[in-house]
Amino acid sequence: MVKTQVTLSGLTLDNPIIPASGTFGYGYEFAELYDINMLGSFSFKGTTREPRYGNATPRIAETAGGMLNAVGLQNPGIDKVISEELPKLATCFHKPVIANISGFSAEEYAHCCALIDKQPQVGLIEVNISCPNVHDGGMSFGTTPESAAAITKLVKSVTTKPVYMKLSPNVADIAAIAKACEEAGADGISLINTLMGMRIDLRRRRPLLANTTGGLSGSAIFPVALRMVYQVYQAVSIPIIGMGGVSTAEDVIEMMLAGATAVQVGAANLVDPFVCKKIIEELPIVMNRLGISDLNEIIGGAHS
Amino acid sequence: MTQGIYTILSNRCIAPNVYEMVLQGDTSALRAPGQFVNIKLEGFFLRRPISVCDYDASTITIIYKVVGKGTAYMAALNTGAELDVLVGLGNGFDTAKSGAQPLLIGGGAGVPPMYHLAKQLLAQGKQPIAILGFNTAEEIFYQQEFEALGIRTIVCTADGSVGVRGFVTDAVAQLSDYTFYYACGPEPMLKALYNACASDGELSFEERMGCGFGACMGCTCKTKYGNKRICKDGPVLAKEEIIW
Repeated sequence: MVKTQVTLSGLTLDNPIIPASGTFGYGYEFAELYDINMLGSFSFKGTTREPRYGNATPRIAETAGGMLNAVGLQNPGIDKVISEELPKLATCFHKPVIANISGFSAEEYAHCCALIDKQPQVGLIEVNISCPNVHDGGMSFGTTPESAAAITKLVKSVTTKPVYMKLSPNVADIAAIAKACEEAGADGISLINTLMGMRIDLRRRRPLLANTTGGLSGSAIFPVALRMVYQVYQAVSIPIIGMGGVSTAEDVIEMMLAGATAVQVGAANLVDPFVCKKIIEELPIVMNRLGISDLNEIIGGAHS
Repeated sequence: MTQGIYTILSNRCIAPNVYEMVLQGDTSALRAPGQFVNIKLEGFFLRRPISVCDYDASTITIIYKVVGKGTAYMAALNTGAELDVLVGLGNGFDTAKSGAQPLLIGGGAGVPPMYHLAKQLLAQGKQPIAILGFNTAEEIFYQQEFEALGIRTIVCTADGSVGVRGFVTDAVAQLSDYTFYYACGPEPMLKALYNACASDGELSFEERMGCGFGACMGCTCKTKYGNKRICKDGPVLAKEEIIW
């Protein structure tokens, strides 16, 4: 019997598998397919203060080994998430959920985090300072150590639950930003968000996405994500949730060896809606094959 | 929605760049005409959403046009090959709204979903009229299949080489005693029908999709009843909710 339990800042998960924000909605589509209570947890759709329609379509483009999205934080707004989505979620998911919060100003992050912090269903707050698809918000707070630290400090001052800062890979030195978040009081780090990219429609000779650029995800970004988790693990001592192109149990083990305590699965959910279930079922088999009895023993195991 | 492995029973060219593929496997997730399937292809990250043309207890027929590398890959697949397919996606058409004599209007790659819709309406004792629009005579497919159902089938060609000269709206203009309309085709066609048809209707839309089952918000559109996901809340929208 292998041990797959991991702990994020006092929150114990049955296994480290967490569907990533924006690829799992608020869970219901997947609850129709399998019992989502088998998940470690899941990170719900990025939520802002106001309802948002998001960007114009096309919002999706395929790439080699991955995809671009420019959804632009479509969500019903924090008030409706609390009054409608969370009660609906409570009927199909009975574990603590990860609340993914985004914003366009420091006050907006503080407002939303303070409200979501009071929700008993929420086990952990993931603060998205890394969305590449909105203007004057999201990623602009995550691109310098100073602004990342300022948001961290503010959110920490209005919350009691663990706060994980979700970082962008579209920066020169992600380890420096992670370090700044840790020093500002972050309980953990989530990384990576998508890599900014684009495609051009050959017939129209124009960008394929209505937003021109979008965020690259899928297997293609796995080595980049792994490298960044590895670097951030060397820079901080708080837990890391690793993500980016994870689609198999082997990928999960690699992420944990690089330094992740838990692992999110993103774009793979969109291609195979059962992928998280399959990874969870596969994980003990892969652990046995690799001689791993307790996942906690391999966190950061690739570092000498 | 179900996920399963389906075996290709046939895959044949029925018009230039247009193929009909018959898949064998579980069809229990299909609930209405106008739904679609989402097909995983080796070497491509995203699945390919294709509307269902027809189905029975153990087979699904799809018709697709080769427009890129994914559909070109599909066209090269042989009988006996297996595909990972998500089945029973989208809402589909509501046959309860049809009245006694509905119009089924398909344009080009929008023709296929009208076929199973016609069969269901016939089974319910309705008298559907099919209007099939193509650019040229050589692009026409499934005319005989519709005619074999015993329903009135009007073909339109934009160049006038066969049937009614012009667009499907030119054929609709010659009819007056229809009770409802169902439409699938390019957006300019849908918009023209929206303005031209006197009755209520249901229109099936296309959008680039991520997942196809409502998770990613990649294909959202605005309607009078709020934001809708083309893949999950559509692809069929009621005439009265559409915002152009």
